[in-house]
Amino acid sequence: MNLITLSSPHHTQSTGVNKVMLQVLMALVPGIVALCLFFSPIYLFNLLIGCSTALAVEALILRLRRCPVAFHLRDLSALVTAVLLVISMPPLIPWWITVLAVSCALLLGKHLYGGLGFNPFNPAMVAFALMIVSFPVPMTTLWLAPNSGLDFASALQIVLGQTLLPDGISSATPLDYYKTQVGRLTATEIYQSELFFGIWPAGWIWVSLAYLVGGLFLLYKKVFSWHAPLGLLVGLAVLALIFGLDPDSNTPLHLHLLAGSAIVGAFFIVTDPVSGATSRLGKFIFGFGVGCLAYVIRTWGSYPDAIAFAVLLMNFAAPFIDHYSKPRTYGHSTRHQGYK
Amino acid sequence: MIDYLLILVGTILVNNFVLVQFLGLCPFMGVSNKLETAMGMSLATTFVLTLSSVCSYLVFEYILIPLDLPWLRTISFILVIAVVVQFTEMVVRKTSPLLYKVLGIFLPLITTNCAVLGVALLNINKDHGFVASLVYGFGAALGFSLVMVLFSAMRERINVADAPRVFQGSALGMITAGLAALAFMGFTGLVQA
Repeated sequence: MNLITLSSPHHTQSTGVNKVMLQVLMALVPGIVALCLFFSPIYLFNLLIGCSTALAVEALILRLRRCPVAFHLRDLSALVTAVLLVISMPPLIPWWITVLAVSCALLLGKHLYGGLGFNPFNPAMVAFALMIVSFPVPMTTLWLAPNSGLDFASALQIVLGQTLLPDGISSATPLDYYKTQVGRLTATEIYQSELFFGIWPAGWIWVSLAYLVGGLFLLYKKVFSWHAPLGLLVGLAVLALIFGLDPDSNTPLHLHLLAGSAIVGAFFIVTDPVSGATSRLGKFIFGFGVGCLAYVIRTWGSYPDAIAFAVLLMNFAAPFIDHYSKPRTYGHSTRHQGYK
Repeated sequence: MIDYLLILVGTILVNNFVLVQFLGLCPFMGVSNKLETAMGMSLATTFVLTLSSVCSYLVFEYILIPLDLPWLRTISFILVIAVVVQFTEMVVRKTSPLLYKVLGIFLPLITTNCAVLGVALLNINKDHGFVASLVYGFGAALGFSLVMVLFSAMRERINVADAPRVFQGSALGMITAGLAALAFMGFTGLVQA
């Protein structure tokens, strides 16, 4: 009798980098649609600039390193970096900052370390942090209020630098606004601002929910496990519950989760398989650390939406976390951990 | 009490001696290739930093001030640090010959670690008392150890990365340290120094 013997793994799936990246891009579509609907369709133009820069820079470096250009461009990872970067930056950002940010992300964050799979820091967050440190004014003041009524043509002129920003168009983000006003006004007074719809951050909440839909789709498709996102949300929520119980003195929980980049961070940033931790426990600790650090920096630091810095800090700690969160080896009873 | 806690948070995170004030970079780049050596170095430096911070405070307050010789502080602190390092070297040699061998030249080099002298001098500049000097030195050492250990774990990973040849080794280490410093800028404004 002739039996076919196959070696493990027996479960096969036709998955590859480009399929995963395509799914991530698809999952970002609802969020981008929400951004365009509630803020401005100028995001599409920014995406166009970001993506073309990404492809050009990526092709240039691949050529310099004598790698097969078309093969690596088709894995779409550069596009994912560019899209994540553009949607986390303000809509009215000048076009050259977008170009600079995407180039920094790919050069400094990714290719200096050897390209896809070797980057210790999340490239998009490296570039975001670099931009907010280098150009703090455009990166914090060029946000739009929801439904501001700014049409595409005038937004385009602002982005291209042809006209100056008219007064009263840009606004603070809800997190920034709440943080700066919370000492002087009560919570009820803050909620009367046009940035809020009742107690909810108008516009921003739909964007967050759209990201959540995309993220849950990726979770359902098993692109990533639930550990890191849950870690982030739990870390942020626990601290926000402890310190934010009184909305008159600190930003409350629902704003922390829904008004900033917490959702996009939880489902699209900390789930990066390269720069994060590896084991399940490690992923949870990684996400939890990002959540806690983000809360600390948001509340007591000077950056109102601190996901980028929190992610970078935990990226820095990720190899160490990996070292101490090795899972039990199959067939061995005790965990063998780190430092002998 | 809350003051000491703020000093601790300030020195560990906000004004981290290595990544924000850029002091003590030589051991940070030199001994961070392996996690185990980095841990040994961190322990030795923690011991030296805390002890020398307190000792130099005592020397300044009870010898230099009564003799009215405050301008001799730099040279006398160097002397104090050298003594403390020599003492640590003897302790490490007797207690852990292996660690002594692994640390090699870097143990006596703690003498020239600018973070150690920096802490001693900053203590005087900031008018720290005895306990504050102790906490400041200990916090500086904890901050140094934290980034040292994390950085060495990261370097073990990037040393095997398929980086362009010109960037391999120390070059990539310095770029990584720069990006880590960028990450630590996120703590700006956490504690008003």
